[in-house]
Amino acid sequence: MTATVEGGLSPVRRLLDNGVVVIAQETAFSPAVTISLAFRAGSLYEPADRTGLAWFLGRVIDRGTTTRPADAIADGFDDRGVALKVSTNRHLTTMSCTCLSEDFGDVLGVLADVARDPVFPHEEIDKRRAETITVIRQDQDNPGVRAAEALQALLYGDAHPYGRPAKGRIATVERFTREDLLAHHAARFAPSTLTVVVAGDIRPAEAAKQIEAAFDGWHTAPSGERDVPPVPRASGTRIAIEMPDKSQSDIAYGFTSISRFDPAYCAHWMMNTILGQFGLGGRLAENIRERQGMAYYAFSSFDPSVGPGPLVIRAGVDPANVARALDAIDAEVAALGRDGATEREFLETRQFLIGSIPRMLENNASIALFLHAVEFFGLGLDYDRRLPGLLGAVTIADVNAAAASVLDPSRACAAVAGPTFARGDA
Amino acid sequence: MGKVRTARLDNGLTVLIKELHTAPLVSVWCWYRVGSGDEQPGRTGVSHWVEHMNFKGTVRIPRDEMKGIVEKFGGTWNGYTWIDQTTYLETAGKDALDTLLFIEAERMANGLYEPAECESERTVIISELQGGENDPDQLLDTEVTASAFRAHPYRHPTIGWIDDLRSMTRDDLYGHYRRHYVPTNATLVVVGAVDAETVLRGAEKHFGSIAPGVPLVRARAHEPRQLGERRVRIEREGTTAYLKYAWHAPSATDADFFPMLVLDAGLTGAKGMNLWTSFRGVPPQRKARLYGALVERGLASAVSGSLIATAEPFLYNVSLTAMEGVPLASLEDATDAEIARVRSSGLTDAEVARAKRQLRARLVFENDSVTNVAHQVGYFETVVGPGYLDAVADRVRAVTAEQVADVAARRLGSDTRTVGWFKPVART
Repeated sequence: MTATVEGGLSPVRRLLDNGVVVIAQETAFSPAVTISLAFRAGSLYEPADRTGLAWFLGRVIDRGTTTRPADAIADGFDDRGVALKVSTNRHLTTMSCTCLSEDFGDVLGVLADVARDPVFPHEEIDKRRAETITVIRQDQDNPGVRAAEALQALLYGDAHPYGRPAKGRIATVERFTREDLLAHHAARFAPSTLTVVVAGDIRPAEAAKQIEAAFDGWHTAPSGERDVPPVPRASGTRIAIEMPDKSQSDIAYGFTSISRFDPAYCAHWMMNTILGQFGLGGRLAENIRERQGMAYYAFSSFDPSVGPGPLVIRAGVDPANVARALDAIDAEVAALGRDGATEREFLETRQFLIGSIPRMLENNASIALFLHAVEFFGLGLDYDRRLPGLLGAVTIADVNAAAASVLDPSRACAAVAGPTFARGDA
Repeated sequence: MGKVRTARLDNGLTVLIKELHTAPLVSVWCWYRVGSGDEQPGRTGVSHWVEHMNFKGTVRIPRDEMKGIVEKFGGTWNGYTWIDQTTYLETAGKDALDTLLFIEAERMANGLYEPAECESERTVIISELQGGENDPDQLLDTEVTASAFRAHPYRHPTIGWIDDLRSMTRDDLYGHYRRHYVPTNATLVVVGAVDAETVLRGAEKHFGSIAPGVPLVRARAHEPRQLGERRVRIEREGTTAYLKYAWHAPSATDADFFPMLVLDAGLTGAKGMNLWTSFRGVPPQRKARLYGALVERGLASAVSGSLIATAEPFLYNVSLTAMEGVPLASLEDATDAEIARVRSSGLTDAEVARAKRQLRARLVFENDSVTNVAHQVGYFETVVGPGYLDAVADRVRAVTAEQVADVAARRLGSDTRTVGWFKPVART
């Protein structure tokens, strides 16, 4: 048995001559490897009038390179059971897949080619554009997505990169050109914006050697570095999006919160866990689901980023219960913000989060995700081993200060999508 | 990777243990051989509701202490119900083993089912059902499944029909619980950084005194042969059109199952066989028949296939999302042409070889964590029986192109299928 992670991670990091960062973690879960390429090329870097361009690029990037037509790329992945997943968030475009260990070199070769030299054929752009428009139309029919996107826009403004819909709007998608894609790729896909994480059944030195070879000779320089624009002050706006034919109303309620670089990060993490994560969904689920039986789900999530990320509360309720559910959310938010956590909640939550670290690293894909965050936020390669100490140092006063700084119902924005008003409620 | 160790306690409880020292974790699952396919008319959804109630406190774990007992070890917990099975799981730090066995023993023998809690959960489950109805594809799936079966209880949704959820009583729930949650109807699965002897001693300590229960025999109505195509057409407010096919599928033990699995991989890309994890995300499908014919030609924005190992014949589904502006009739014609082609000449040798390579890889990928390994061990023991999982890779390898052509010809006929349309209409 080699490479057990029973005692924690032991990743190896190498900075290649051209600026590519390689991080490799050997594991013995199965004879497979997860390969994950993250470029600092997310939606933050889109031109203001090209909302959705970064996401769209992710749909077309693997449809042909200077040396491989789309069909050959499909062969390279499909023949080995590999499904490439391209995801785009505000800062990163991440291309990830899992392959058998024996296929590592071949799959890496295709992946590196796709990342370096895509050609974005016109025909592929048109096909993927039609798909994207269909996906956006599906989102328009989804109360959960409608509420979440509306909340993002209320919190950040719909021109802010954190407030825009990631997939863009039909009007912008219809305008994307091949030149737009080539320009975004040239600006943001470069060795110095790339971190390659490999987690799985492969020696780190061997992985690094093959990655170095795959990106050898690539020396383009990125451009268009951008700061996150200032976040507007919370407006406290609440809106309803009427979808009369739906069975259930979706609530998205939230605040802007902190940056991941904020020293109070662990205190905010614990506060969010108490509010809407612990057990079935923290205090929110205890009230809305367990005591009042109003919802199948009620929880909060917390997504700090370079700029102040959102803290979002979600619940799906019978349209007749929207007002009651919003009252319950207001009450829980106000109580935790005003009175803080109980000593028992604080201790249980701290023990839970410290104990959950091995589970956060349960498979290769989750290790890759963790190591990308380690690199992107500069947390240090021993972060999984230091995290218990960081959490252990948080006091109940820190948690309560975090709650007081964010949780004020008068500042909360909310969007409700569903047949809210059609049945004369709310 | 170690072998699975099998033991049986005196009261009939099957215990399956796999030592896996790759991470400092343990995953404990308790499986019950009961699902929505075992329910009677008027009480549909009872298995799933019972699953919910089994998180609401036991004699020795009051409801308020349910929350926190697994979290103390950094753990997560969950459960699910489907047509053949109900299961509960915890994955936590390895030191949690004894506590997790205690929780599952309590869940089996000492559930409280307090009337007020049963009532409160009724509206939670109705909310879960309404959330599903918000998704037109899920709505269509429910209607197509109900139409595809005349007699077999696989026809109703696992969550149940709304009127049954409104009328079922606490005694219905408790009766179902007491009948099915007994050692002779359960399998305990433990996978992770544990010692098998310690697990066995723990299982005996916590479960050993539970009465065996009355052995249950599954008695399900036989589905009569379908004599002609059935169609479902939903017209509701929406933005997107969906098309869904359902054919009667082979059960997991039918000789047709693995050829059909390879056929599905050739048509829509290989998923694997892990119900817990393999059906999330898009499979490798760029070279798959239906992807090439429908998505690449701009008729559909997405295609997926679904063949799941079940105790009795369930359904093979092909689901399509129509591209914006493409009429459902055009999409159906194009899909029909591809189905006709595969029925008349099967898949090519190269397609069969690719499908088998994909399945070989996916069977590895879906066993990447103690939680996923434990799921597979318990799922196949419960749904099919001992020994099945070990032979899966060989059974895939042995499939021939002739067998694939044969199942395509016999099983994808238009007279034995159900076709569903979700046609969006603009709000008036």
